[in-house]
Amino acid sequence: MIRLSIPLRQALARLTLPMLVLLTFAMMLIGKADVALTARVRMTLDDALAPIYAELAPPLVAVRGVFANAGRMFSLARDNAVLRAENARLRQWQAVAVALDAENIALKANLRWLPDPPADYVTARVVADVGGVYARAVLLSVGPNHSVRRGQIALDRGGLVGRVSEVGGRSARVLLITDINSRIPVTLVDSRAHAMLIGTNAAMPRLMFWPEEQPPREGERVVTSAEADAFPPNLPVGVVHYNAAHVPEVRPAADLSRLEIVRLFDYDLRGLLPPEADLPPERRAANAPRAHVAH
Amino acid sequence: MADPAQQHPGIRPRPSLGRRLDHAARAAFPASSTALLLLLLAAPTGLVQQAALQSAGLLACVFFWSLYRPASLPPLAVFGLGLLADLLGNAPIGIDMMSMLLAQSVVLRVRRGLVRQSFAWVWFAFALLALAVALLSWALDALLVFAWLSPAPAVFEAALACGLYPALALLLTLAHRGLAAPEEA
Repeated sequence: MIRLSIPLRQALARLTLPMLVLLTFAMMLIGKADVALTARVRMTLDDALAPIYAELAPPLVAVRGVFANAGRMFSLARDNAVLRAENARLRQWQAVAVALDAENIALKANLRWLPDPPADYVTARVVADVGGVYARAVLLSVGPNHSVRRGQIALDRGGLVGRVSEVGGRSARVLLITDINSRIPVTLVDSRAHAMLIGTNAAMPRLMFWPEEQPPREGERVVTSAEADAFPPNLPVGVVHYNAAHVPEVRPAADLSRLEIVRLFDYDLRGLLPPEADLPPERRAANAPRAHVAH
Repeated sequence: MADPAQQHPGIRPRPSLGRRLDHAARAAFPASSTALLLLLLAAPTGLVQQAALQSAGLLACVFFWSLYRPASLPPLAVFGLGLLADLLGNAPIGIDMMSMLLAQSVVLRVRRGLVRQSFAWVWFAFALLALAVALLSWALDALLVFAWLSPAPAVFEAALACGLYPALALLLTLAHRGLAAPEEA
């Protein structure tokens, strides 16, 4: 260790904190001005941590499973009765679905319908919750030779989770539909009206810019819209729910608070890419959803 | 200054390599254990409100070590911890760094008086600090994303930090007397 005189050391100690605060301020400005740099630094850290988190995941899943099972033990009989009733109801619906599917195939054959190309997908484990108090995102561990690209669509077994916003060597970040930067063009299923789904960092994103004569109905299903070529049409997003302030929100069909495994679909879309990535700020401003208000 | 080796220079033991390593490891305990806590709380543990738990834990650790063992948690270490928390999260860079550095400077200013007080007073001081830090990071966040954000998550985070502090302080006090005590080396 270098020996310094005591007054000099005291002066240095007093100066450290203001210098660090100034440095932090500078980094805030740089982080705001050069989003790509922040993304690169984050991805480097994520790439280093993803293998560790991936190793950590199986024991964590096991522990969570034990707790979940212990909770379910007490309601086994009641759950069984509920499930039996639901099963009977679903069997009826299955018959309806099979009949409708056959009808659909016949109609499409008669109409010479051009089928959508089937989408490729990969499955990845969610290894870290990288949101923070004012952001919603998750980190995925993907192998070193992955084919994940920015803009791919993440779904869990229930519905839309979000979009890949940053990709590194062995990890990828997914911006959830609840994040404040998330803007998703959606269709309300019953009225076929278009709207925007806008994240607020709360558990339920908000619906905005729906046509004035067709307000969303409580319980109405919401699916993605192919507008702006950012999403394929008809992916399940959730159902409409009016909150206490009478603002329509969407209860996500995906279980966003307990994501474990997501599928990343490659629909080969060339539309808008997710925000907070390597677009220069002026292009991001031009791509902002203000363009959709005109609809 | 709190180091007894400096207070009684006559009875300093011979610094062998093992003893120096032990000393360094104990001095590095506050920063490294806090970093480990941050990394663990980013894993998908399935805990509710994990994001708030992470920043509450960081604040509690920075507060505790700045109060009782400031020599082991210099501002540079707080800077590094804030940077780690910022990079792990998805919010704009600098918010945790700024709020943790300012929190530490406040604690260092009042520590001479606060360190002699009873636990209840320390807890009360921590509650005030947690509220101030939560509001500061809320304001910085809203400024950097340039949108109105609800202050409710920030207030919740402060409340969570207050509730968490006694339990964490118990663990950290044990570490403070044993694992993290360079004078025991």
